Formats: sequence, structure tokens, C-alpha cells
Amino acid sequence: MDISQIINNANAEWDDLIKSKIPTILVGNATCGRSAGSQEIIDTFKEETKKQGLECNVLETGCIGMCYLEPIVCIHKQGHPLTFYSNIGKQDAIDLVNSYLINDKNLDKKTIGVIDNGIKSDLPDLYNTPVMKPQVRLVLQNCGIIDPTNLNHYLANRGYTGVQKILDYSPEQIIEEVKESGLRGRGGAGFPTWRKWMFCKEAKADKKYLICNADEGDPGAFMNRSLLEGDPHSLLEGMIIAAYAIGADTGYIYCRAEYPLALVRLRLAIKQATEKNLLGDNILSSKFSFHIKIKEGAGAFVCGEETALIASIEGERGMPRTRPPFPAVSGLWKKPTIINNVDTLASIARIFQNDAKWFSQYGTEKSKGTKTFALVGKVKNTGLIEVPLGISLKEIIFDIGGGVPNGKKFKAVQTGGPSGGCVPEELLDIPVDYESLAQAGTIMGSGGLVVMDEDTCMVDIARYFLDFAQKESCGKCAPCRLGTKQMLDILEDITSGKGKIEDIDLLERLGNGIKKGSLCGLGQTAPNPVLTTIRYFRNEYEDHILHKKCTSLVCKDLIYYDIIPEKCTGCHICFKSCPVNAISGNSKDIHEIDQDLCIKCGMCLDKCPVKFNAIEVYPGSKIMEEQDNE
Amino acid sequence: MNKVNLKIDGINIVADSNKTILDAALENDIYIPNLCHHPDLEPVGVCRMCMVEIEGRLGQTISCKTSVEEGMIVKTESEDINLIRQTTLELLHANHTQDCTNCNQNNQCELQKVTAFVGIDEERFSLLRKNRSHIEVDTSNPFFNLDHNKCILCGICVRTCDEVQGVNAIDYGNRGFQTIISTFANKPLLESVCESCGECVVRCPVGALYIKNQQIPSYEVKTVCSYCGVGCNIYLGVRGNRVVSARGDRDNEVNEGRLCVKGRFGFEFINHPERLKTPLIKKKEKFVEASWDEALDLVASKFLKSKKEKFAALSSARITNEENYIVQKFTRAVMGTNNIDHCARLCHAPTVAGLAQTLGSGAMTNSIDEFKYAKTIFSIGSNTTAAHPIIGLNIKEAKRRGAKIIVANPKEIDLCRFADIYIQQRPGTDVALLMGMIRVIIDEKLVDKKFLKERCENYDEFVKSLGEFTLKQVEQTTGVDKNLIAEAARIYAKNTPSSIVYAMGITQHTHGTDNVLAISNLALLTGNIGKPSAGVNPLRGQNNVQGACDLGALPNVYSGYQKVTDPAIQKKFEKAWGVSLDNKIGLTHTEIFNAIDSDIVKSLYQVGENPVLSEADANHVKKSLEKLDFFVVQDIFLTETAQYADVVLPAASFAEKDGTFTNTERRVQRVRKVIEPIGDSKPDWWITCEIAKRMDEKGFDYNDVTDIVDEINALTPIYGGITYDRIKDKGLQWPCPNKDHAGTKYLHSKQFARANGKGKLVPLTYKPSVELPNKDYPLLLTTDRSLYHYHTSTMTRRVKGLRVLNKEELFKIHPKDAKLYGLKDGEMVKVSSRRGEVKVKVSITDICSKGVVSMTFHFHETPTNELTNCAIDPIAKIPETKVCAVKVEKL
Repeated sequence: MDISQIINNANAEWDDLIKSKIPTILVGNATCGRSAGSQEIIDTFKEETKKQGLECNVLETGCIGMCYLEPIVCIHKQGHPLTFYSNIGKQDAIDLVNSYLINDKNLDKKTIGVIDNGIKSDLPDLYNTPVMKPQVRLVLQNCGIIDPTNLNHYLANRGYTGVQKILDYSPEQIIEEVKESGLRGRGGAGFPTWRKWMFCKEAKADKKYLICNADEGDPGAFMNRSLLEGDPHSLLEGMIIAAYAIGADTGYIYCRAEYPLALVRLRLAIKQATEKNLLGDNILSSKFSFHIKIKEGAGAFVCGEETALIASIEGERGMPRTRPPFPAVSGLWKKPTIINNVDTLASIARIFQNDAKWFSQYGTEKSKGTKTFALVGKVKNTGLIEVPLGISLKEIIFDIGGGVPNGKKFKAVQTGGPSGGCVPEELLDIPVDYESLAQAGTIMGSGGLVVMDEDTCMVDIARYFLDFAQKESCGKCAPCRLGTKQMLDILEDITSGKGKIEDIDLLERLGNGIKKGSLCGLGQTAPNPVLTTIRYFRNEYEDHILHKKCTSLVCKDLIYYDIIPEKCTGCHICFKSCPVNAISGNSKDIHEIDQDLCIKCGMCLDKCPVKFNAIEVYPGSKIMEEQDNE
Repeated sequence: MNKVNLKIDGINIVADSNKTILDAALENDIYIPNLCHHPDLEPVGVCRMCMVEIEGRLGQTISCKTSVEEGMIVKTESEDINLIRQTTLELLHANHTQDCTNCNQNNQCELQKVTAFVGIDEERFSLLRKNRSHIEVDTSNPFFNLDHNKCILCGICVRTCDEVQGVNAIDYGNRGFQTIISTFANKPLLESVCESCGECVVRCPVGALYIKNQQIPSYEVKTVCSYCGVGCNIYLGVRGNRVVSARGDRDNEVNEGRLCVKGRFGFEFINHPERLKTPLIKKKEKFVEASWDEALDLVASKFLKSKKEKFAALSSARITNEENYIVQKFTRAVMGTNNIDHCARLCHAPTVAGLAQTLGSGAMTNSIDEFKYAKTIFSIGSNTTAAHPIIGLNIKEAKRRGAKIIVANPKEIDLCRFADIYIQQRPGTDVALLMGMIRVIIDEKLVDKKFLKERCENYDEFVKSLGEFTLKQVEQTTGVDKNLIAEAARIYAKNTPSSIVYAMGITQHTHGTDNVLAISNLALLTGNIGKPSAGVNPLRGQNNVQGACDLGALPNVYSGYQKVTDPAIQKKFEKAWGVSLDNKIGLTHTEIFNAIDSDIVKSLYQVGENPVLSEADANHVKKSLEKLDFFVVQDIFLTETAQYADVVLPAASFAEKDGTFTNTERRVQRVRKVIEPIGDSKPDWWITCEIAKRMDEKGFDYNDVTDIVDEINALTPIYGGITYDRIKDKGLQWPCPNKDHAGTKYLHSKQFARANGKGKLVPLTYKPSVELPNKDYPLLLTTDRSLYHYHTSTMTRRVKGLRVLNKEELFKIHPKDAKLYGLKDGEMVKVSSRRGEVKVKVSITDICSKGVVSMTFHFHETPTNELTNCAIDPIAKIPETKVCAVKVEKL
């Protein structure tokens, strides 16, 4: 069967899915959905439709990005627009079958929105909801829409048209197209993709490699994971195009082992693509052959660094190597190698399914196109978003994200993962592009955005991320290996009340020395959280050191719990709840907390009845408070 | 090599285009601080100290990995560079033991050097947290310690163990702040694959790796190691009259500063309390101390009554060239016989017999450093990494450069890790294997026709003998897959230049000479001889076995391989020595013991050898020694053989006299006196000359060793131009016929040393070993070597650390055989042959095939040679030490 026939079949199948009398239910069954319980929802739909004698397709789909609403379900019903539902529990599933599918009565209260497929409706347009409206979902266009295990779904949505197109191009033409698109590496460095490919294409060697970096080590980042779970073929298509451009016949996907579902999806996708001659020997009967192997990571953040990743594939200890030589010239087994991020390669697929102009219409002059971000932390609408570069941080956090929940005040947003910097409120208007973020002292990184509110202690945040960096440091070079530990030790002293005022300047100097002296990106960016929090939140550091107070009420040694005598009724509940017997007082007497014994666990505050509200937590220490009052 | 011009700190520098900025700076005496840089190793840019700024490039760059370019402008100082250096240095010191005065590396420490250059801000340093907890020092290795608390993780040790040694015993372990230099599973060094060579220790820039109980010497003397035939150049360090240190000479092309564990750490025997300090005379079955006069007079008087056929001398492959010359002069001029031989009979006699026949010379054709550049190395019957460690390193380097390595050995030796092809042939089937390879080469037309036509003869006769060596037959005989044999042949023939390396696995057989001839045939047919890195390379085992042969300690030749049967030669020596000489070929080593047995030889003068442990069929040797009328042993320790002597004469060790050794690549090198002879011991040449003088002989009145050298030069053409002045620090490789000749790096470049200048091809047939396994003795015993001990361990077992590293004999047996005989790993068993029995500990391992067992002969408690067979090769007269039949029984 040749490709046009395959595509015709795929189109027919997709058409049928949308238009058929038999309804199709797609349940969001990526990792976010599964942790919300989607697996049970799928079973419920299957059982209920069977029970009701209703013929129905129940499929799984990927993550549509509104992770805070999972389990998400979308339904194709003849005569209706494609409707999306949120927070579907077991009963909701049963109701959807009976109420909507059988009795044609939609569950409006559970509806997020619809995608109009030619059928008008009163329900809100999904892509016009506040969360979706600022977004431009190019890379993620299929996630949450198609069944990632069905190649035909991908094909019916322009899948592999990019590959078909480029087989008639020369490598130079492809690289020119990428140049025109303005695509910059989405892994974090933002290096112009076309230029990196050019170096590799021009290197003379008997063998070249293309590697996809799917290690995604940033904690809290799941942009790549969602794409791999929801639309693995996009990655494969991007890899094929990239390999063709640089002249590689072998590719590796280095995927972290902590993504088992992604690995399953990838393996299936490779098998499917190979069966249809879209991958492997003589792709689509051309002279171009390209085989992809999967290499699993083994729990090392540093292996997301390209030279450490290469060492890992070579079977060596995953430690970075100095550059030059750059991998484009001498990489895997010393052969010219291109390593691109999942996002970059998926963008490539989209660019060639459309064209460079279509991609470069979005973004800013120097930062073209769209980028996926994982918006997490103290924000209402957590999830996976894709926005045109140049959008402001404010828009992302407050329009898409819905702002900070529980009436709390926004404090900072960390961009770019654990090696990123923290941006304060006054800089929220800066556009999200490579240059602007760098000027603010932070990085784009792979796309993590962690929102923090007034209850976040910035010193503790710096300590937390430095702890991560220290644990993941490979140990090869002294600035990172010893420097991150030194900075961590100082921060631990500061957060436990043992800091000295000279420590702030010391941290800045160490941070700069480590940034400039480290061998790889891990060490070069590890000081960022410290340096930016000192830059924008120096007062918190000074509070911790000079006044021994944590005003955000996080650092246990710098806060104290106290019983308000006027409000205490001696109900004795806190006495019983204290795990270290730090509270004294007889029933009906005003109770007191022994500050020397108190371990700041907060149990008493938790248990004190709301109507009394007699326990509070304060920054500093009771003794200091009393001294100040004298 | 192109040169480029660049500026470093405004200074104009010219450098080779392949240099790095750091190299160029250091070459021009501009110091750029560095900690992880080492001239022997690939740069890695780990320490971050060598940062520089290059005009036109952003930020700072490491200078150790950046190549120089024309017009480059480099700055080595800037605010940012200093920030990086100071920060890194302060961090290192915050996590480093601050006790320089008590550190082994004090005053020789790279960290001290960098700190002095970069400087530390005390106030800032005092603010740094110093929370590193103490890590236990690894003291498991008997020779050196690893102190993690001083380690700066520069990685030099890891890279040395990888790039220099090819052992990879250590690597980075754990990560983050917990990163340490670790062995596999973080076991103590002693429990890892570390070979204790110490190369990491000598390169460690700080005090993390240091020699135990190290003493800095008062002075050092350059000499040659006295263990194996590589002849590494070393500096022995002295305090008082004790040798306290050894280090390799980096400027020397033999070993380039590298040493094995024995060379670097095995000098303790020199000052060992058991050194013989006075002559001993056996009175009433016990040894009694005697004066030199008493002992020498006794010896002289006994020898006077026991001349000609009643006398035999066994010279030593451990003593100097000058001393060997004296012993053979004594035997011939004073005792009137050619009954002189030495242990070469037990090792490379077939090499001499075989190659002299086909090439005209029995010596290693190439030089040790040429192995690095060979395209193919074929190691057969040699456990190269155990017996010739530095040659093993050069083979590993060849492999790194892309060479193909073929290993043929019944035992899966360590070199097999580097082998592209490993052939595990049955012991004693080498002729079949080699002729099978030749068959493939001829059938597939891989013969070097030009070389064959111009430089060889006897091809037609030779080819006729190939009939029995069909690949099918060879496969059956050797037990090796014929495709493997064919592949090895093709590689050897096509991927040139190819070098063959061989040792006892080839020679110690009743068909040892045939084995050598087969090797010669193979090399000649493929033109792999007479060229750089191509040749036939028998590896001489002892430090001076080459010299002992060269200087005539052989029954059929005078010094320089001049035949005793040649009337012209006889006349020359008679004239020089002023006596008449015997022109009959004398007895060989094995024949001497037979003659003692038959009451022909009545007195034996034995220098520096331990045949009671090293000769095959040792029980026979012991019985023969008991039959002697008079037995004189001259040695540095009271060996097992010396126990049988009537007189024991204490000799000075190699560290206590001047002279020369000739290593396996024909290089004559200076041995220098480092300390005064221990006790009342004397150099061997003095002892022999004294005996002669007391026998009223003239011609032994040498004032100095150099007088002997003059005489050697005058009488020995191949040593004609080899004088101490010319040897100096590099040595000279013979042939070196006159004082203008620069020595010879590789042999047979224009023609072979035979009369007509051509190499001879020799037809061969396969002859099986004499004593193969049968129903009663079902296992085949083959002997092998340990890296840690030398021969009968007279020297090495007097080094405490070497005893720790290898403490006892092990009977290595295949798991299937162990199961068959119900043996447990570690249990003591009895192993016996038709000639003797030993008790030994079992080690179950599959390094040999089923049916083959192996033991060394390093431990006197398990005298392996009481089992081995003394059947000899008819031409070379070497015993078949490598094959005999044994049985094993539980105790």
C-alpha cells in the first residue's frame, strides 16, 4: 500500500470518527489524567455503554494542558460540536452516557467548552476560554485531541506531510526553511536551530547521528512528557526531517526512565512508523534511510546536558565534556551529532507540515514562534500551555493562569527550572523571549514557570534549588561540586539563624565565580536562584540574618508558634496534639507553648478550633519579640 | 609541522600548530596555573585554573584544550579570570586537609604551587564553611595509600589508569559533594583489579596518593631494574646504606619512566636481613661462616683437582655482561672445558637454535618502542602483561592507535581484553596452528612475493611440508575454529607492519625449535621482518639473559656467538688469553645434570640460579646435586639450591656493583653501584677472578670493570663499539661493531645475518608433546606466571608488599573438572605426576579449557617443577616444561 492510499484511509477513519452515528469518547489518559483517576473513568465508560447497549468508541487521548481540570473527557457525537468536560468522576461518566449520549441532554455544568466542527452551539468556544485564548497551540495541536496510539489519527491531521515534502528538498533547502522560520533551540540555550544543523551538515564524516534529548530533568517540567505521551509521531516526524537535513542515518531518543508511559508510546510509534515505511530503510521508497533507537536515562539530571548525554549513550559515566569540540562536529563516538530538544523537533514537524512563514508570524523579531511552558505553583490554572514568544509574564500568570489562589499576593515567578532565576512583581511586564529573560538575570530554560506567593520564603527557595543542584552535580569540576555545597551550607546557616551579614556578599561572589568557572550548564546556572533572589529580595536575606526572622513563615528556626492568651479557652486540644509535649496548662487554664521544646510542626495551630483561633505563627522568636517590646 | 605566531600577554610566541595555548605558554616559560594537566595524558579541562581570555571570543576559555591559531591574542590575567581562579582555589582549600608540613607531598605539591601563584584572601576564606567530614584513608594496598581528604578530583589518576595502564581500576564514583575516586563497588584498592604499578601515585599532583613510609633519598643513582628483560631505567634512592626508593627515568626510550609493581616497589630485597653477608662452608652438614680467604682457597684447591670433563659451570642470567664474560673465560681458560651453560637453556635456547638457522641471529628483531606503531601484534605463548609489563603497555598503546591484536594462548590471559582475535589452542599444538595460518596465507595468495623472491630461500622445499596442515586437520589438532585461524592469518598478512611477540609458550617444548621455525616461516613469507614495527620478537625473560648469551656463557660459542669449533676463532681466543683451549662443544644445562648423575661431572660452580625450583623434573636435579663431590653456589640469598652446596659465596646485588645488562631489545645499558656491598659480599666478577688467581692463573688481574670491557670490545665484534663512554644514559643496541656505529634499532633491514644474506624457510611436521594426559594422569599441566613474583621468588618474596599481593600458589582448574573430581574452591589437594607430587590450594576458574590445569613455580612450598617433564628438544636441548600429565586427588 503506498502512502497516498494510507493517508486516504486515515482521513476516512478520522472523518468517520467525527461524523459517524457511533459516538466516540476520548478520555485524557496521560500521566496527569491517570493521577487524577482517568483509568477508572475509561473502565466506567466501557461498562456503562455496554450495560446500556450503546455502541460507542472509548479511546484514550493525551494531555490537553488543563491539568487542573483532569480527568478531562471529550465526546464526538453526531450533530453536536466536539465537547470537552472537566473533573469527570465515576458518577459523572455514568451521567454523561445516560444523560448526554442516550438522552441528548448535555451536562453543561461539567462542560469546559466546545470545538465547533461546523456545528454551532451556545456553549463557550474552547479556544476562547480565558485559559486557552492567549495560547497558540501549534506543537501541542494534537495533544488531547487524537488517540496517540493510532497512527491514522496523526496522519489525518497533516501527520507526516512534512516528511513527504522534504524528501523532494535538498538538505540546504531544508536548512534555509528552518532559518526563515527563526526557530531557536527549545532546550534552553536558544541557539538558532538552522545554524547548528549547518555545522553538522558541513562536517565531513562517514557517519552522523541525530539525538533527541527527552531527558527533561527539571523538576515540575512536563512539556516534553506531555508531547511524548500525547503525540509521539510529531517527534518522530521532526527527527526524520532533521536527520535528512544533516545527513544522519541513525537517531537516538534519550528519554528519562521516569517516563514509562512516554517510553511505551514512543516504542509503539516507532513500530507503527516503520511498518508504514515512514521510518527505517528507504523511507517512502526514497534513498534516505533513518533508524531510531531508544536509550533510557537512569536518574541523572546532568545527563540532560548534551555532552553528558552523549557519554551516557556511549556507556560511560554521565559527565559533561568540555566544548569545543562541539557535538555538531565531534559528538557521539566522535562523529558529527545534532542534539535537539523534543519541543524543537516537534516544532520542525509543524513547520514543514505548514511552512516557515506560518511559524514566524508568531513571536518577536528575535524569538520567533511559540513555546510550551509548564505553569505550576501558586496559580489557579496549573497545566501545560503554549504561547507565542513575546507574551508577557503577567499575561501568562494572571490571564492564562488565573492568578494566585486563596486571595494571596503574588511574590515571584521562577522561569527556566531549578537553574532559572526568580522574577519579582515589578518585572512582570517583561516579554517572555530569550534576550529579555537573560537581561532580568534568568533564563528561558526548557519552559518551567513556578509561581510563588507571599507564603514563599525566597531564601528557602534558593536553598531548595541549590540542594537540588548539589545532589545532581556530577562532581567533575570543583566550582560546581564544591561551590554548590558551599552555597548550600551558607543558605542552610541563613535559614536556621546562623547566617552572618557578610554571607550575602559572599554568596554573590561565590555565585559569580561558580557561574563563570563551571565546566557545564549545570554549574553555570546553579547559582541563578541565589543571585536573583539576592538581587530582588535582598530584604528577606537581611531579615533572616540580622533579625533572625522569616516573614514568609517558612524557615522553622526563624518562626515561633504562640498561644494568644485572650483567645485561649483552655480546651486542652492543642495539649493533646503536641507530639513533643511542649504545651503546658490544665484544662480550663490558659495554655502556654514552651519555646525551647517546640519543633514548629504546626499541629497545634491545625487543631485549635476555628471558633477560638487562639494559636498563631509569627516570624522571629518569642524571646526576641519580648526584647523588642521592652 | 606548521608553526603559528601568537601573542600571550603581549609576548610574541611561535608554536607548532598542533599545540594548545597552555603547551605553548609552558614551553616558553610562561606559567599558567593548572592542576589537571599532565604531559602524558589527554587534556580534560576539569580544574578550571588555566582560564585565559582570547580576543574576539566571549568569556573565558580553558587554555589546555584550545589550539593555538595564527594571530591569536591571549591574556592570562583579568578580573574575571582571577575571580574564577580564586573562587575555585578557595573552595578546594575549604575542603582539603590543611596540614602541609605533615604531608608527603610538601614542597612538591601542585596545589601549593597554584595557591602561591593565585593567592588566598584570608578574611574571605575564614567565612567559608568547612563541613567536609573525614573519609577513611584507604590503606589496603601494601605499597601506597589513597587519602580522599586530600584529593582534588583532578582525575589524573583515573586517566593514568586508563590511558597509560589500560587497567581502569579506578574512576569517579558517587556524585555531587560525595564524589570520590572509587574502585568498582567502592571496594578497598586491594580488592580491585589494581595492579599496584604505582603510575597513578607518581602522577598525583597532591598528597592524595602517596607511597607508604616514603623516605626522600639523600641521593639517587641511575641504573637498570634487575627483574625482567625489559630493562627499565630507574633511579634508586639511597639513605645511609639503604635503598629507600625507586622511580622511573622519564627521559629514557625503553620505559619512558613507566615501571611495573616489581620495578617500582620491589627493591626491599636489597637490604633484606637474609642477604648473604659472609662466605659459608658446609662442615658436618651445617653451614659455618668463613673468611673469604678460607672459602676461596678451599674452592681453588678443589677446582684444581676437578678440571676438564669433571667440571661444569652454570653462569647466571642475572649477573652483568662483564661477569658472564669472566665466568666463561674461567671455565674455558682455567678449567679447560666448554661445559658452561646458563638458564637460557631452559627458556630461549630454541630461539637461538631456530632463528640462528633461519635469520642468522637469535635476538629480538625490533625495539620495544616499535610495538606502539605496529598495525598488527600477534602475541603467542607469552603472558605479556604479567611477564613483560612495559611491553604489554606498548601493545595496549598500539591498540589505542588502531592496531589489531591477536592473542594465542591456552590460558585466557589479561592481554585478551585487548585482543581482536583470541585463539585458545591446546598446549603443544603451535606448529599446527602456525603452519595452518601459513597455509591460509599461501592459499589466499597473501604471500609477499617480492620479499620472498629477493630475500628468502628454500620455498619449494618448505611448501611441500604444508600438505599435512589442512585447515580441517589443524582445527582438529589445535581445537581452534578454523575460521578464527584463517581470520588471524589474514589480519597478520594484510594489516602490516605486523610484529610477532613470543615467549615460553613457544619455546618450552620438545618441539620448541620447530615452534620457533614456524614463527620464522610465517614472518618471512609475509615480509613482516626487517622493517620498523615488523619482526620476530622473542621476549627475553631475565634481566640479562640476552647478555649472558651474548657474552658466551654457552657450551658451543665464545662471546659474540663465535663458535668454539671454528679453528680461526679458537686461535684468536688462545692468543688473547694465552692458553690452549678445548674445541669440543660442551654440555648443556640439562646434560650437565645427566653427567653429574653418571658420575662424569664431579664438581659444579653455580652462579645466581635456583635449579632446584626452576629446572623441570626438579627431583632429578636434587638427586644429582647430592651426588656431586664439590658444589659451589654464588648468590645473594641462601636459596633452596644453595642448601645443597659445599661452599656458598656471598655475591653483591645489582645495586652494589658496576657493569652492564643487555635487555631483550639488544640494548646494552649501564648498571651502576648505588650502595656498598652488603656485609662482606663481593661483585661476582671479583669472586671468579679471585678463584682464578688462587689457582695461579694469569689474565684475571683486572683493576676495574672497565678493564674487562676493553677486553670484551677487542674480542667480540657485535659489542665492538660498546664502551661505557658511548653507552652513557641511553645504552646502545648491538650489533655495534665499532666506535663510530650508532647501534642497531631493528635487525635484518637489508639482509639477513646468514652467510648468503637470505632468510631460510624450513619445512616442518607436527610432533605432539611427549607426555600427554592418559587414564592415570588425565590432566595436562602447563606452567604460568604472576605479575607480582619473579621466577623462584628469591627476590620478590623478600618484599613484604609483593607477598601480600600474591601470597600463595593456586592450582587453577576448570569448573567442569573440579566438579568431576569433587573439588571445592580453596581446598588443599595433592597434585602428582610420574615424577613427584605437591600439595596445593584449588582455585576454580575457566581461564583454561577443560582438561588443562596450571600453576606457577613461584612458591617453594609448592615446587611445581617436581611435576614437570625433563624430556628435551633434540636440537636446543630445552625441557618440555609447558606440557606434562598430572592427576589430582583430595587429601
